[in-house]
Amino acid sequence: MNNKENIKKIVIKKPLKLDCGETIVDYPLAYETYGKLNEKKDNAILAFHALTGDQFASDINPITKKQGWWSYVIGPSKAIDTNKFFVICANVIGSCMGSFGPGNINPKTNKEFGTDFPVITINDMVNAQYNLLDFFKIDKLHSVVGGSMGGMQVLQFVANFPNKTKTAIPIACTASHSAQNIAFNELGRQSIMADANWKNGNYSYLNSTPDKGLAVARMAAHITYLSKKGLQEKFGRKLQEKDDLNFSFDADFQIESYLRYQGSIFVDRFDANSYLYITRAMDYFDLVKQYNGNLSKAFENSKTKFFIISFTSDWLYPTAENKEIVIALNSAGVEVGFIEIISDKGHDSFLLDVPEFLKTVKNFLEANY
Amino acid sequence: MKKEFQIISELIENNTRVLDVGCGDGVLMRYLKDQKNVDTRGLEISKNKVQICVSKGLTVIEGNAEEDLKQFPNSSFNYVILSQTLQAFYNPEKVIDNLLNVADKAIITIPNFGFWKVRLDLLIKGTMPITKNLPDEWYNTPNLHMCTIKDFFNFCSKKKIKLYKSLALYGEKTSEINNYNLNWKNLSSELGIFLIEK
Repeated sequence: MNNKENIKKIVIKKPLKLDCGETIVDYPLAYETYGKLNEKKDNAILAFHALTGDQFASDINPITKKQGWWSYVIGPSKAIDTNKFFVICANVIGSCMGSFGPGNINPKTNKEFGTDFPVITINDMVNAQYNLLDFFKIDKLHSVVGGSMGGMQVLQFVANFPNKTKTAIPIACTASHSAQNIAFNELGRQSIMADANWKNGNYSYLNSTPDKGLAVARMAAHITYLSKKGLQEKFGRKLQEKDDLNFSFDADFQIESYLRYQGSIFVDRFDANSYLYITRAMDYFDLVKQYNGNLSKAFENSKTKFFIISFTSDWLYPTAENKEIVIALNSAGVEVGFIEIISDKGHDSFLLDVPEFLKTVKNFLEANY
Repeated sequence: MKKEFQIISELIENNTRVLDVGCGDGVLMRYLKDQKNVDTRGLEISKNKVQICVSKGLTVIEGNAEEDLKQFPNSSFNYVILSQTLQAFYNPEKVIDNLLNVADKAIITIPNFGFWKVRLDLLIKGTMPITKNLPDEWYNTPNLHMCTIKDFFNFCSKKKIKLYKSLALYGEKTSEINNYNLNWKNLSSELGIFLIEK
């Protein structure tokens, strides 16, 4: 967790005016790359991560020592083939894997920012990452791609920079965060804030972090990433290493044990304040409102070719919300394809081995290259 | 490419915008794109066929004509194509209406239920006809509203839909349909191809 010195970073000198009104400057943006940038510099793909992701999309994450979050998608001969494409993935600002976030030291106080960190938005995240194009001297990307919050960044990127990418693949996302999703995020935030260790965000980063609150937030969120059918098939009412009920509040059921485990490993790699800031950014995301109630206006100047993907069992970002984006793009006369992939794996489908999904991404990227 | 698609592509002018409803594996779209520089979009109900189109670099939306035509703005295409699927809709009248909203002109083809072989099948055997264009049994056919060339002809005049071009296809042979030969074409043709406008 602490060995973050070797992470690749650029320090962005160009001031960035955030949506909240504050301006940040000389801030770090951590990134990772996969594959090689070709001479024409036309094979670059910017991948955006979701709420708890980071720049280590593929291979082994050097910090957690686990497979990158998009290992099924990015790699040699995979859906995003790193033999052909150069993939850039950055840690969003507000996060905790080397980019500017609430865990950074505030020069004014010489302590971590905590909740003195400015509230950031999806728009701010995207504008910060745009600097990577200048850094790599890329004039136009081949694609921008991402699922969930990554998909929101895809939409925002094209809205902000209509002709800086040839193609775009927003996956399992929305143009406007729904009340249900805001509600789930608020549940997570309240759980963190209810942890006595949180201390209004001014907890000590070295010890006594609000792990319990963060773990509960993760457990609740994790349920929303799966489907009822998927949960039933994987866990059902199976008991955890026992033959009968314990008549106690131990983790009798496998699903309880699984969620507790997911919560416990999450707190080792993620910062509670970052969780607050990033969920807030998702809640504030409303591209429809940004364009005065007409989403198609967000895309009307774009020549970018879109392909939108949703999943049948995703109830967090359901097909209907993804289709709203398709309709808006059609209204703007933008080229857009769409498919709903059949999967029982819920919202998490975009992170998992779902062959039809992987095939779609691969075919779309390669047929348009 | 099959004769029907050749005829359809001849009806479409170069450098136009075309929506192919029920585009299948995209053969016609590919041809229009390559040969006539047409800006094509597809709407297809089969996920598998959408995948095939994606691999060909074609822009296709998974969807159903009865629900998803509405998502396209009015007059966003010069032509919309509907090949041999009109009879499979719950409400063909509404679909035709929507087709003529999204595009200036619609090209609709129908398997002709008035074809003599179809009539003979029913007359002689007394069972639901099975032909090249109507290959399914009554219990598993997707077709809900079969019609004849004459039915469609009459429908257009009743609904005041302009018939720009009416073509009859028998094997590889094409001919024009008009008011005078309508009864004969209705008997002798396997397929009707119509270019219509609101």
